[in-house]
Amino acid sequence: MTKDKDYISKRAFMEELDRYRRGSVTRRHFLGVTGLGTATAVLAASVPALRPRRSWAQGNIGDRVVLATWPNYHDPANFEAFTAATGAAVDMNVFGSNEEMLAKLQAGGSGWDVFVPTNYTITTYVGESLIEPLDLARIPNYDAAAFDPRFAGPGTVDGTVYAVPKNWGTTGFAVNTANLGGLPKPTTWKEFWDITRDAFSGRTMVHDYQLTTIGNALKYFGYSFNSVDTAELAEAEKLLLDAKPHLFAINSDYQPSMRSGDAWMTICWTGDGKQMNRDMPEIEYVLGKEGGELWSDFYAIPKGAPHLDAAYALIDFLLDPAVNAKESLFHGYPTPDKRVDALMPAEVLNDPILYPAAELLDALEFGAAVTLTDPNRAELMARFKSA
Amino acid sequence: MTQRGRNLLLLAPAGAWFLVMLVIPLAVVIIFSFGERGPAGGYVPAFTLEQYANLPARWAAFKNTLMLAPAGTLASLLIAYPLAYYLAVRADPRWKTVLLVLVIVPFWTSILIRSYAWIFLLGGRGIPALLDLIGIDNVRLINTPFAVLIGIVYGYLPLMVFPIFVNLDRLDKRLLEASADLGASPWRTFLQVTLPMSLPGIATGCLLVFILLMGEFLIPAILGGGKVFFVGNALVDLFLQSRNWAFGSAVAATLVLLMLVSVTAYMRLIRRLGAQREDVALM
Repeated sequence: MTKDKDYISKRAFMEELDRYRRGSVTRRHFLGVTGLGTATAVLAASVPALRPRRSWAQGNIGDRVVLATWPNYHDPANFEAFTAATGAAVDMNVFGSNEEMLAKLQAGGSGWDVFVPTNYTITTYVGESLIEPLDLARIPNYDAAAFDPRFAGPGTVDGTVYAVPKNWGTTGFAVNTANLGGLPKPTTWKEFWDITRDAFSGRTMVHDYQLTTIGNALKYFGYSFNSVDTAELAEAEKLLLDAKPHLFAINSDYQPSMRSGDAWMTICWTGDGKQMNRDMPEIEYVLGKEGGELWSDFYAIPKGAPHLDAAYALIDFLLDPAVNAKESLFHGYPTPDKRVDALMPAEVLNDPILYPAAELLDALEFGAAVTLTDPNRAELMARFKSA
Repeated sequence: MTQRGRNLLLLAPAGAWFLVMLVIPLAVVIIFSFGERGPAGGYVPAFTLEQYANLPARWAAFKNTLMLAPAGTLASLLIAYPLAYYLAVRADPRWKTVLLVLVIVPFWTSILIRSYAWIFLLGGRGIPALLDLIGIDNVRLINTPFAVLIGIVYGYLPLMVFPIFVNLDRLDKRLLEASADLGASPWRTFLQVTLPMSLPGIATGCLLVFILLMGEFLIPAILGGGKVFFVGNALVDLFLQSRNWAFGSAVAATLVLLMLVSVTAYMRLIRRLGAQREDVALM
């Protein structure tokens, strides 16, 4: 090793970087020849926070991991960091509803490694044998004690952990207060549906999702968000059909229309409400006083995941509190992880959109498994859409 | 190798494709349509006509499709014909190729992206804002059947232009001179010579556009805001949202049947039109 150099010139470094970018040399070669690999290892060993966690930094996890998730729900910079650390590229599939996710998994051959189910779907996935029990030893960043049991609970079915918590949030509505024209700001679901059929005719959007659209129509009458009672559903259907001619659209992708001013009010999830309010303060996020939905999303691994090692590595990476805090700041959904809260700025922790007042929060209900799978609700939604 | 063997070999790739991609899936759809929905969705084997009995629940979707598919075809024809006529008969031959390429250019971009662009054109800050400037206010375009119709015509126009263009381009111009020499006015020449001679192109264009429109779901989903509902949208919902595969299969099988019936009736009509005019070969 007589030619062994203790440094690399700037020019030689740039040449190696170019080679690596073009793909003509491997990452290992690049890290070795530039000395970056050694430098990282030395640095990592001396700074505990940088020490690679076992599972996501371990050797060969393959070159990709497929993630099925929701829109606007990840910071792309975190994925880049994951790829840089492990060599596995994150291939993201975005979905519009839990029903769609369930349908893809039921059809088989999804090719997913990690997916993001919502609380009320997990028992169904377990019942249909579509979800892998988690080996928590491979997710060292998951510390059960750090998570709020209210949001983490649905991930455990009959004592087995199938899913670890990602984020939680609420389903309320967003209203562009600039269009109220003297009307008081609506604070209830009753007002939401009444204004829709009056001053806001042609300007309201509802989700293309039976769970929230029917659930919040049920709230108009003060019924449970989860009702599957035929008489109560019939009343909700009557309201929905009556409101339909007054709707701007039935679409879960409401941000573009709200931002352009075409739509003035919409059923809305926490993060979307936060993102719109951040850019346009006149768009306010409201939790209906009667209640509505409280939910939590999870990371889980489907049965037959083709890149199982990469799946564990990705989940563990995303649950690293530092990474998770960046995710949360990016998309605006709180996490149920105390370690993440400790890293969040005070103005976020005091934000009433993200952390609603206790009396508003207490009125909310978790969606139930049967709410999603009830054939009558599915058919009601279809009748509403095709009417 | 015998002639028969060679023929079979030539047909093998298309035959295999046809079997795997059409015959087998269609058989699955028909079998599923007599089944039932599973408790958490999906399909459970059964033999019941329940799904077909439930078809009226999607009456609105069939009605929308059966109204907007022919309307879209007709609107495309009315816009495409003068354009094809201009390209084939009137346009300067030096520019013809360039103009034809311009008709194809939109196909270089995905229909999804082009339809998305219409959201902004038809949205409150687009065309309605311009109309507002000239005093026509409160026009709502996006998320209406009219917006869907615009998207349809925009998306499928080239499919109508090309068959008509090819037909008119091959038209023997001496026939037009003969008609004029015999004293026919230009209008009469068009009605009695050009139009009948271009019927095969019209027939092909209409068939192409109509068949695609019957299965359309993307344009109504994007420009109809979930409020203009085609059978295609009903199918997407049944398979991806409510996961009622049995009922979805019954709706799909009914759509295929409707298309078979309407296309057969259409072909018969065209053939009869052709037979009446022995001087013009049709289709």
